[in-house]
Amino acid sequence: MAERGAVVEGLRAYRLIAGMWVRSSMTYRTSFAVTVVGNLLLTGLDFVGILLMFSQVDRLGGWSLPEVAFLYGLSVTAFGFADLVLGSMDALGARMRDGSFDVLLVRPVPVLAQVGADRFALRRLGRITQGLAVLGWALSAVDVEWTAAKVLLVPVMVLSGAVIFGAVFVAGAAFQIVAQDAAEVQNAFTYGGTTLLQYPPTVFGNDLVRGVTFTLPLAFVNWVPAAHVLGRPYPVALPGWTAYASPLVAAVCCGAAGLVWRSGLRAYRSTGS
Amino acid sequence: MGDEAFIGADGAAGVGEAIGVGEAFGADEAFIEVDGVEKVFDVRRRTGFLKRERRRVRAVDSISFRVARGEMVGYIGPNGAGKSTTIKMLTGILTPSGGRLRVAGIDPSRERTRLAHRIGVVFGQRTTLWWDLPLIDSYRLMHRMYRIPDARYRENLDRLVELLGLEDLLEVPVRQLSLGQRMRGDVAAALLHDPEVLYLDEPTIGLDVMSKARVRAFLRELNAERGTTVLLTTHDLQDIEQLCSRVMVIDHGRLVYDGALAGLHEVGESERMLVVDLERELPPIEAPPARVVKVEGPRQWLAFPASESAAALVARVAADHPLVDLSVREPDIEAVIARVLNSPAEPPEAPREDVGRVIS
Repeated sequence: MAERGAVVEGLRAYRLIAGMWVRSSMTYRTSFAVTVVGNLLLTGLDFVGILLMFSQVDRLGGWSLPEVAFLYGLSVTAFGFADLVLGSMDALGARMRDGSFDVLLVRPVPVLAQVGADRFALRRLGRITQGLAVLGWALSAVDVEWTAAKVLLVPVMVLSGAVIFGAVFVAGAAFQIVAQDAAEVQNAFTYGGTTLLQYPPTVFGNDLVRGVTFTLPLAFVNWVPAAHVLGRPYPVALPGWTAYASPLVAAVCCGAAGLVWRSGLRAYRSTGS
Repeated sequence: MGDEAFIGADGAAGVGEAIGVGEAFGADEAFIEVDGVEKVFDVRRRTGFLKRERRRVRAVDSISFRVARGEMVGYIGPNGAGKSTTIKMLTGILTPSGGRLRVAGIDPSRERTRLAHRIGVVFGQRTTLWWDLPLIDSYRLMHRMYRIPDARYRENLDRLVELLGLEDLLEVPVRQLSLGQRMRGDVAAALLHDPEVLYLDEPTIGLDVMSKARVRAFLRELNAERGTTVLLTTHDLQDIEQLCSRVMVIDHGRLVYDGALAGLHEVGESERMLVVDLERELPPIEAPPARVVKVEGPRQWLAFPASESAAALVARVAADHPLVDLSVREPDIEAVIARVLNSPAEPPEAPREDVGRVIS
């Protein structure tokens, strides 16, 4: 009951704060348009890198260009949504250091909503647009016999992936509370994670692949379900149904991130800055 | 709720409370209740390569006090004495390590967000406003965030904007405001939702004389007209002299004085100064317990205990000496507090003005 109240309150506060930032960025429309395009181009450079690689080779770890583009599109789009909603959380370390975190605690709305919505920026839509474009091209180019289940799996992957990345953002932020300044650690898992997932699992070492499957389950953003869609072997030996397990994994990640966040907040309130 | 019976207040809590007053009645009597509250930090310090030393620091050590509704209390003490820690516990930012704490009957650390609707907080050194947005945007957001009824919000905003002189600043991004302007903006933000208590953590730090005067005048008016309870920490003793009827002095996490500002003089064994101009040069006047500390031609300085009546002394001096003029000087409050703290060894991180102006 109280939990649900907090969630509703949090979403309301998020909407209020994010709305304010959107309105304020819209006062300078031209500047806004320029930053969106800039964001689109900048994040698109990653894909240009992949294209350059394929100008030299035909396959990467045994995967063709459309297949890698499929991975890329899924990873970037999922990450893009998480980044849009919670991307400001890496600024938490700075808030811890300058003491402005205290300010969030005296307001009558959940801290997570305040931190997440802080500096909400629609320019981050650039990354999503770019990811969706690549994903669209990949879907038309890959050689797949589409079934209803496989078609449905594509949006499910994007959504679950966004939630998994979101959970990483929240857990990283909680870690920043304890460690005071660890934005780089958080970035390694978020930005690092999305870059990792843009490439086929076959180019990485076994230990790393196992790590992002079982420890930090980023593999469920795209590697496992995408392997199923493309009819390729799973990156690690897993039962067939796990291709559809992403929503479940996302839910578990959410719960875990929530607990970590709460304990981070509690640690702060009992130790102070 | 009413699970713990209130067992006799100990003498440390000063403001007269009726014995056995339950919480329902007590809410008005004691708006803020602090009973034996303490806060212990574990501080880890590097003592060498990979070697760490753990040290327990009692930032607040069993403090008890009560503040009645509508009181205006100054909370002073050297840096690191525990002032901010106390404020942070009262606002729910920090959870106390022990003791009992209630603000408006609410346990701050357990019901932080509920309490937030009833308190206003101004941190002198950091802003509660949104740094990159125009001032008015912050206020609009507060309006929605605190669910302030529209009519009330507009009324409060108009009043605060007028009293604090914010008319021309509303469209200016907060980062472009001067420190004094920002502080006024912050005070307004803390009061839009009609809080019952306002905490001010060093509200005049770094402000120029004009800005200080403006903030003080506003706070006086707020307290007088709205009955808002005000608790302020400060290094500027003029804040206390001009605003607070009651002062609490904290040192090393302990409350060393709680009472009227005047009483501080007695505790500090401070002396007032009677300056007399005689008709001609005369030998030093003898009028114990007063003693002459300085003679300059026909002018003499007599120090006497602050608790003694100046009138009696003047009468005695006037009876035996040809007086031309006289004046009584009140003791320098900073010197008094320095004496109360009785601390020649200030903490090393406090090379501030606290002890600077002891009798010139």
